[in-house]
Amino acid sequence: MALNLSRRRALGVIATTSALSPLAPALASEPRRTATDPDMLHPEIFVKGVLSVAQLGVIAALADLILPADERSPSASALRCHEYVDEYVSAPYEENQQARTLIEEGIEWLQDASRGRFGQQFSGLNDEQKRLLCDGIKWQETAEEGDELGARFFALVRDLVATAFFTTEEGMADIGYIGNVPSAHFAGPSREILQRLGLEPQASDT
Amino acid sequence: MRVDAQNAEYDVVIVGSGAGGGMSAYVLTMSGLKVLMLEAGRAYDPVSETPMFNLPKDAPLRAAPTPDKPFGYFDATVDGGWEVPGEPYSQGSTEEARQFKWWRARMLGGRTNHWGRISLRMGEYDFKPYSRDGLGFDWPIGYEDLAPYYDKTEMLIGVYGSNEGLENTPNSPDGVLQPPPKPRAYELLTKKACDPLGIPVIPAHLAILSEKLDHVGIPPKLFPDNPSAQQLTAASMQERAACFWATDCGRGCSIKANFQSPTVLLPPALRSGNLDIITDAMVREVTVNERGHASGVSYIDKITGTEKSVSARAVVVAASAAESARIFLNSKSTLFPDGIANGSGLAGKYLMDTVGAGVGAQIPLLEDLPPHNEDGAAMMHMYIPWWKYQEQLRGELDFPRGYHIEPYGGRRMPGSHTFRGFEKFTNGAYGQEFKDACRRLYGSFLWFEGRGEMIPNEDCYAEIDKDTVDKWGIPVLKFHWKWGDYELKQAAHMHKTIAEIFHAMGGRTTSPVQTDGAKAIANGGVIIHEVGSLMMGSDPQKSVLNSHCQAWEVPNLFVADGAPFVSNADKNPTLTIMALAWRTSDYIVEQFKKRNI
Repeated sequence: MALNLSRRRALGVIATTSALSPLAPALASEPRRTATDPDMLHPEIFVKGVLSVAQLGVIAALADLILPADERSPSASALRCHEYVDEYVSAPYEENQQARTLIEEGIEWLQDASRGRFGQQFSGLNDEQKRLLCDGIKWQETAEEGDELGARFFALVRDLVATAFFTTEEGMADIGYIGNVPSAHFAGPSREILQRLGLEPQASDT
Repeated sequence: MRVDAQNAEYDVVIVGSGAGGGMSAYVLTMSGLKVLMLEAGRAYDPVSETPMFNLPKDAPLRAAPTPDKPFGYFDATVDGGWEVPGEPYSQGSTEEARQFKWWRARMLGGRTNHWGRISLRMGEYDFKPYSRDGLGFDWPIGYEDLAPYYDKTEMLIGVYGSNEGLENTPNSPDGVLQPPPKPRAYELLTKKACDPLGIPVIPAHLAILSEKLDHVGIPPKLFPDNPSAQQLTAASMQERAACFWATDCGRGCSIKANFQSPTVLLPPALRSGNLDIITDAMVREVTVNERGHASGVSYIDKITGTEKSVSARAVVVAASAAESARIFLNSKSTLFPDGIANGSGLAGKYLMDTVGAGVGAQIPLLEDLPPHNEDGAAMMHMYIPWWKYQEQLRGELDFPRGYHIEPYGGRRMPGSHTFRGFEKFTNGAYGQEFKDACRRLYGSFLWFEGRGEMIPNEDCYAEIDKDTVDKWGIPVLKFHWKWGDYELKQAAHMHKTIAEIFHAMGGRTTSPVQTDGAKAIANGGVIIHEVGSLMMGSDPQKSVLNSHCQAWEVPNLFVADGAPFVSNADKNPTLTIMALAWRTSDYIVEQFKKRNI
């Protein structure tokens, strides 16, 4: 992110405050780099990489079906959202390990369905065939008997891909998140927004 | 700093460095007393350690909450959570609803580093709840006793908000509060929906600087006859920048715009030259001399694993409510076989938390708004104070105490959970349809949290588990918990009210609206407003501490955290902890001057 003036000023404030901190000389303070005390200023993302190349390929293809490229932003795989799925299922926590099972079983389910319906692996299907398969599992409420696992799998992939996508800088720009920028005042909603919500202009705006 | 504490002479040793310990250290050192502070966790400097602008994508799992970092990777808390490695606690029941989840933050400044900054004064009713409805207990002090300390605390730490003159929602004197930030769009929409329902929506009170503190005008009001305290406080105030309306307060604040003990209370105390701090010092017990007075404390140096002791003329325990009760109960001697100052048998009893219940919604009116920056002060700008005091007085509600509602939502920075669960809002869309739906829906979700008063009861307490010690060999706590019927009814009422507000906004709820309070209420300890367990009172038979938070049986032993609380109003406890700690510290200084200690 480019430094704009106000941000640069803000960082200046941080630097000035730093130099004055009496805690710094009084008490040595630094992270111990354990799981409960990681280095927050310099995070390291460690991906064990539990998914195989073939499995990652399926996830990448699904990611692009879920969030394809358009004029506002690239496709999910271009933003490496499939790698976030790998990171997610590699993590040691219970939630992530359960997700790993669902992802692995889901990929297998998809390959079976693909072979059963079209006689080949998912990666060999054309876009229309892929969509035909996804249409059956896109919503848990409408999934037919026998497709429940596929639908639960698809819902999780959608969640993880959307999370990965809209937390990238490109994704945040796409969605219109324009915060994380220091400013001297909090402007509040514009007149246009207030009007659309049927709200009166705020006192200081009149 | 290496501290040769064993050979130094201290007036006061303080256990804990958070809201209560930090405030005690500040006030006592400003008055010239020599203070040693012991903190169970590591040193922590928000100025150099806070990840101010870091993006979730640059952290593991998009900075998601994990068992290691329960409020997310960038949350200020280190070595803390409901589970802390090596520091177990046990439960009196296997039933989850009968269990208490105990949050600890083992770091300098404790929970003040990540807390919600919500700073609401308790009102007149809140100090005399028993007199009002016959339930629980009255405090031995009234609002008028604490009001001057609320004034001083708010001026010192900086609190934004407004004076609305609402019932049992005290005004601050003119010039004490800072101006509140403008409301966000969804907060204004909430107000519009609430007005016809007769529900007030007013500026929240948060310990965040909306402008720089008046370092010239305020210090003389805090310490009228103490030039050195004025100068130290002024210098510390000048170092604090005003909020620049970006980055999450829960990460801490490197420009010191929000309140944390290590940025606001500890710097002037350290600069006075009157404060030493030993970190990684896990206190085991308060030691006593032959006269039955506190002689100091013993602690485990966590770095070397060795047990050490320090002496002082007075001891202030501010380790957090349950931890302070644990220290009292573990301080056994021939004079105090059931724990120090526990002749009443009430140490550990009447533990309280806050009633918490929340509902989410999706608001079509908020869809597709033009991009605009809603970061603001990261936390709420507006809130809903309790508004049905008169109905309760007339017996029209089936629960006797109040709650407030905290509205959250809007166009926050996308994180690990922002785009989860969209299947049900998009009827399982994927592809371009899904991408467009994400754009449309972003910013249209709200989550409202009710926070209500719990009435102390006999079923909620902590005792020493005789069979279990932590990794330092210190006996651990065993918790007992049971919400009362009133709390469950209140939680159900929260759900009903929040759903009404959402419907008035044209929204649809996204989480269950429970009529059974037991299904709505958060488990004990989840809201992390643990108070009580070393209650103050006016009768030594019915309380552990007197009206100055001084142990009835041990005149040089004080408590300065949430443990002395007699009730737990819906007003979040931190501001009251600090005001009470200041009042207690003033009393300690007076006792030193009178040579009573």
